[in-house]
Amino acid sequence: MSVLLNRNTRVLVQGMGREGRFHAGRMREYGTQVVAGVSPGSGGTDRDGIRMYDTVAAAVDATGANASLIFVPATGAADAILESIDADLPLVVCITEGIPVHDMLKIAAVLAESRTTLIGPNCPGAITPGECKIGIMPAENFSPGSVGFVSRSGTLTYEIADGLTRAGLGQSTCLGIGGDPIVGLPTPDAVRLLNEDPTTEAMVIVGEIGGSAEEKAAEYMRAFGRKPAVAFIAGRSAPPGKRMGHAGAIVQGDQGTAGSKVRAFEEAGIPVANAPSEIPALVREALRA
Amino acid sequence: MFGWPVKLHEHQAKTVLARAGIPIPRGRIATTPDEAANAAREIGGRVAVKAQVHAGGRGKAGGIKLADDPETARTAARAILGMDIKGLKVEKVYVERAAKVRSELYLGVTIDRDRRRPVVMLSTVGGMDIEEVAATQPGRIARGWPDPRLGLLPFEARRLCFEAGVPKELVAAVAAVAERLYGVFVSADANLLEINPLFVQEDGSVIAGDAKLDVDDSALYRQTELATWKETLADERLEERARALGFSYVQLDGDVGVIGNGAGLVMSTLDAVRNAGGRAANFLDVGGGAKAAVVKAALEVVLSHPRVKSVLINIFGGITRGDEVAHGIVDVIRAQPPRVPLVIRLSGTEAQAGRTILQGAPLVSRETMDEAASEAVRLARSSQGAPPPSTPARKP
Repeated sequence: MSVLLNRNTRVLVQGMGREGRFHAGRMREYGTQVVAGVSPGSGGTDRDGIRMYDTVAAAVDATGANASLIFVPATGAADAILESIDADLPLVVCITEGIPVHDMLKIAAVLAESRTTLIGPNCPGAITPGECKIGIMPAENFSPGSVGFVSRSGTLTYEIADGLTRAGLGQSTCLGIGGDPIVGLPTPDAVRLLNEDPTTEAMVIVGEIGGSAEEKAAEYMRAFGRKPAVAFIAGRSAPPGKRMGHAGAIVQGDQGTAGSKVRAFEEAGIPVANAPSEIPALVREALRA
Repeated sequence: MFGWPVKLHEHQAKTVLARAGIPIPRGRIATTPDEAANAAREIGGRVAVKAQVHAGGRGKAGGIKLADDPETARTAARAILGMDIKGLKVEKVYVERAAKVRSELYLGVTIDRDRRRPVVMLSTVGGMDIEEVAATQPGRIARGWPDPRLGLLPFEARRLCFEAGVPKELVAAVAAVAERLYGVFVSADANLLEINPLFVQEDGSVIAGDAKLDVDDSALYRQTELATWKETLADERLEERARALGFSYVQLDGDVGVIGNGAGLVMSTLDAVRNAGGRAANFLDVGGGAKAAVVKAALEVVLSHPRVKSVLINIFGGITRGDEVAHGIVDVIRAQPPRVPLVIRLSGTEAQAGRTILQGAPLVSRETMDEAASEAVRLARSSQGAPPPSTPARKP
């Protein structure tokens, strides 16, 4: 009932420091198969019952891992992503914030020629509720169901998932794709995955000011949309030229304004919520229509 | 186009270009009229005296003057130094040899988010605002998207020249500058690098008339020299201080202070304040996993702004724990009762524990973001807080 990750996903964790260990533990509690940890020099040891390897390739060979979760600090995170792409892992999730954009340009070029899907960087990760969580999101806000969810922001994802869950609207897969200017899985690609997933009956698309990913996603849905969708844009009241925390959330000239994104969704027949609290009712309405 | 906070001055950007072998006019920095006159004497001939400020439209604002001799340069510097350009005080001028201009080109490199590639742009419409050219005469800009793993290849640079309509006798020189410029774009971790205008001189040589370099702040750890060139504007000092304390802060012009965790959630909170008919005084994201001390510092920064008449704290716990947030708030209130009302909305991880800690504290608690925003706006309106300061707001 999902895209990209499910109960059969076998996860290795790159960077088993404090954060990595903590979240590896949380993921196992959730039922995710965490099969290996990778930290150079730690091969052959054991951390919290997780077998450690020196390289991603060795971990994949030994455990059959098919996804990686990266907590490596920003100075080494690009290298960690490339190591996972090199090991041909189908799914890589990078939580790390602050990767230089020039590194991401190179990674985007390598990704395009690989079979890897990269979620992030600077993101909360992805979850298929009830089956598998690869990331740092608080699991209790999510519940299994058929609403697919893609978001450029972290905490806002929890807020909206919580609203959906309280309204009895479970989720198929939630993809927190990250707020940087260059991310591995941009909004339009994430929307396409959910659109093509037979178990996803409706979609929630959460965007932010900056860039034109939302406009592109709306264009795609107008042409190929098979299911109802609801959108929300954070930063509608933000002044131009100010960067609001996320490296991607900046409006320059008339590019990336909330107005342009809202218009694009409305033209595609996708209602846009004025506040996160309006989303569950709009989803319900969209499902009824 | 996208910009970044780490902007370099023209003279700094030109220093970087010159090291890469891109021709620049001979120039010197001056902070007094005397220094400007000396620089003009040393350079010889006709010079341009140019304000060094982080603002566009210097020329239109009178920040660039030509001078035929050292005395005129002194007078020009006297007029420009101390000048206010878009709210920024000019503290130094760059004195450089005036080019003998035959024509002007535009040459720039930035990042194309949609194509996920660098984009090199070249136009024979130089000296103009390229965004305006892009909007009104898009056909006048030639663009190329090099593979970031290969860099700008010679044939790509030549093709740009031919597509832009650069006269064929200039193609070799312009293409060489383009290749070098791309090299600097990568080696400096730039988000934007522009030569506008790129002068073609009467003798057929090309030379950088102006230069703009914005550096990716995520890469400052490996741009050690450029990092030391970074200047903090007066208005950004609070933002800088906030960054040092571990959160991200942006000054806005309303009266409802806002604190939250996560950029998207905080942006949505600003929107909720506006939906409730109010205006946010700031954007403040305490980030993930904020501890009590960070929350305390955040609240102090927001309260330090005289315009703030109420504060809205919106926390959805994930890595950030509600009890940690509550402890931070209680610490501030205990040290000094806040001069304005606080409204809090706690949800997610350890929210219940947080609410228990806050019980009895002089603040208003609300269940949802919308309710909390409405309450904060209402309280700001009825607050007896200090009137807004009379200093005029600076345009960004």
